[in-house]
Amino acid sequence: MILDHLPIIQVIVPLFGALLCALTRSGKVAWVIAAIVSLLMPLVAIGLLQQVLSQGVVSYAIGGWLPPVGIEYRVDLLNVFVLLVVSIVGAVMIPFAARSVAAEIPEHKQSWFYSMYLLCMCGLLGITITGDAFNAFVFLEVSSLATYTLIALGSDRRALIASYQYLIVGTIGATFYIIGVGILLTVTGTLNMVDIADKLGDIGQTRPVLAALAFIIVGISLKLALFPLHVWLPNAYAYAPSFATSFLAATATKVAVYLFVRFVFGVFGTGIEFGSFAVADVLLVLSIFAMFGASIVAVFENNIKRALAYSSVSQIGYMTLGIALGNLTGLTGGLVHLFNHALIKGGLFMAVGAVAYRTGTARINELGGIGRRMPWTMAAFTIAGMAIIGVPGTVGFISKYLLAVASFEQGYWWLPFLIVLSSLIAVLYIGRIVEVAWFREPTGAVATATEAPLSMLIPIWILALACVLFGLDTEFSAGLAERAAAFMMGAGG
Amino acid sequence: MLLDVILRVITKLLLPFILVFALYVQFHGDYGPGGGFQAGVIAAASVILYAMLFGLEAARALVPVWVVEKMIPIGVLIYAGVGVAGMFTGQAFLDYNHLAHDSVHGQEWGVFLVEVGVFVTVSSTMLGIFYAFAGRGR
Repeated sequence: MILDHLPIIQVIVPLFGALLCALTRSGKVAWVIAAIVSLLMPLVAIGLLQQVLSQGVVSYAIGGWLPPVGIEYRVDLLNVFVLLVVSIVGAVMIPFAARSVAAEIPEHKQSWFYSMYLLCMCGLLGITITGDAFNAFVFLEVSSLATYTLIALGSDRRALIASYQYLIVGTIGATFYIIGVGILLTVTGTLNMVDIADKLGDIGQTRPVLAALAFIIVGISLKLALFPLHVWLPNAYAYAPSFATSFLAATATKVAVYLFVRFVFGVFGTGIEFGSFAVADVLLVLSIFAMFGASIVAVFENNIKRALAYSSVSQIGYMTLGIALGNLTGLTGGLVHLFNHALIKGGLFMAVGAVAYRTGTARINELGGIGRRMPWTMAAFTIAGMAIIGVPGTVGFISKYLLAVASFEQGYWWLPFLIVLSSLIAVLYIGRIVEVAWFREPTGAVATATEAPLSMLIPIWILALACVLFGLDTEFSAGLAERAAAFMMGAGG
Repeated sequence: MLLDVILRVITKLLLPFILVFALYVQFHGDYGPGGGFQAGVIAAASVILYAMLFGLEAARALVPVWVVEKMIPIGVLIYAGVGVAGMFTGQAFLDYNHLAHDSVHGQEWGVFLVEVGVFVTVSSTMLGIFYAFAGRGR
C-alpha cells in the first residue's frame, strides 16, 4: 500500500519535517529531524526508480482527482534521475550541516534554518515530480522563498543584499514562467504537461505558443542562471551559509535545468521541433559565452566561494550546451553533467565550508598553505577540482567527452576545441587555489588551523570518491541519463 | 485627547463584532463568499486594530509572539494532516471521500478542516508580519 503513495511521500515528508523543525526551538532537535528526513528521501527515490524501471511511468492523482483535471504526480525516467540526484546529495550532506550550521548560524535561528532547508528540498523535489505546469510554479516559489531565507541567514551582512537581489530576479523569473503557463492554459485549456503536449501537437507554431515558449524559457533561464541572466548567483552563493551554498549549488540550478528539459522536449517538443528555430542557436551561443566568460571571471576572483560560484555558471553552460545540441548524445551529456556537477560542486563547496569552519575565511590570499594543515580536506578538494577540469578518470571527463561527441555528430567540428579550451581555463582557477593551498608556507589563521572534524570530512570524501567512481564506472550515471534522454527524445517526437 | 477616548471606546465595542464576523466568514465559506484566508485576515486585523490604539505591548500580551510563531506551522500541519488522514482511509493524499460515511460528507469535513488550518496559518502570519514591522528599532 505504501508503495503506491511513494510519489507523494517524496514531497510531504520534507514538508512535515520543515513544520516540525519550525515548532522546535532547539537547533539540535531540528538537525535530527532534518537528518532523518534527508536519509529517508533517497530510499523513496530508489523505490520510485525501481517502479519506473519495472512498470514504466508512475502516475499519482492528488486528492483522487484524475488527470488532466486534477494535479498529477508523474514519475518517468527523466525526473526519477533528478529525484535521485537531489535526495542523495541531501543525504550525503546532512552530517556536514551539524558542525557548520552550529558555527555559522545563531542558536535561536538554527531551527528556522533547518526548517527552510527542508522546505527548499520539498520544493525542489516537488518541481521535479509534478506533472502539472502550475503546480511546478507553486513548488518553484516554495523552494525559492526558502532559498532567499537560507541565503539571508548568512553571517556576512552582504548576504541580505545578495538575498534581496536574488528575490527580485527570482520573482521576475517565476513571473515570466507563470505568464507562459497562463498563455498555454488559454490556448490549450489544460495545465497537465502531458495533456498540453498532446494538444500542442495540433496547434504547432502559432504565435501564442511561441510567446509562451519564449516566456517560459526566459523565466527558467533566470532560475538556472544561464549567462547573462546569472548575476544573482555569485553573490548568493558567496555569502550564504556554507551548508546552504553546498546544497543549493548541487541541487537548485540542476532542478531548473530539469524543468527546462521537461518543457523544451516534453511539452513543446510535440508541436515545435526544437532545432527548427532560433532558440537552440541562441542557447548554444549563450552556453559558449557562459563556458568562457564565467570561467575567466573565476580566475581573477579572490574569494574561493565566489570563484566556485562563477565556475558553476560556466558549468551550467555545459549542461545547456548539451540541450542546445539537441541530439541524443548531447542531451545525455547535459543530463550526465547535471549529475556529475552535483557531485563535484557539492564536494568543492563543502571543502571550502570546512576550511571556513576552521579558519573563518574563504579568501585565497589568506589561505596560503592550508593544504599542509588540512591535508584530507584539500586532497578531496583537489580530486573534485580535477573532476571539474575534466581529467580522464573523473566524472568531468565523461560529460565533456559526450558533449564533444555530440558536437561532431551535429557537424560542429570546432565546438570540441572550445570545450577543451574552456577546460584549460578551469585548470587556471582550480590550479591557482591548489597552488596556494599546497605550495605556500602556512601563515596567519592558517598556521593554527587543524584538520576538519570527521562529520565534515566523510561527506566531502564520499562526494570526492564518487567523482572518481562514476568517472570509471558510467553504468549508473551515463546509462540512466542515456535512457532518460532517449525517453525524452521519443516523447518529443 | 478627547478624540482618542472616542476611538478607544468604539474600538472596544467593535472588537467582538469583528471577531464574530471573522467566524461567520470562516464557517459560512461553504455556502457563500469567504473561507479560511479571508477569515484569518479579519481576525488578525482585529488584533492589529487593538495594537494600533492600545500599543504593541498590549497586543503582545493578548497574543504573545511565541503563540504566533507556533500557530504558523500548526495551521499547515492541520492542512497536511487532513491530507495524510485521507491516505490512511485508503485514498490518495488530500482525498476526503472516506473521511465520513459517504463521499459528500467526507468532502465537506475535509474542506472544513483544511479551512481551519488555513485560518490558523493566515491569521498568525499576518500578525507575525505586523509584529516584525511594528517591533523594528525598539
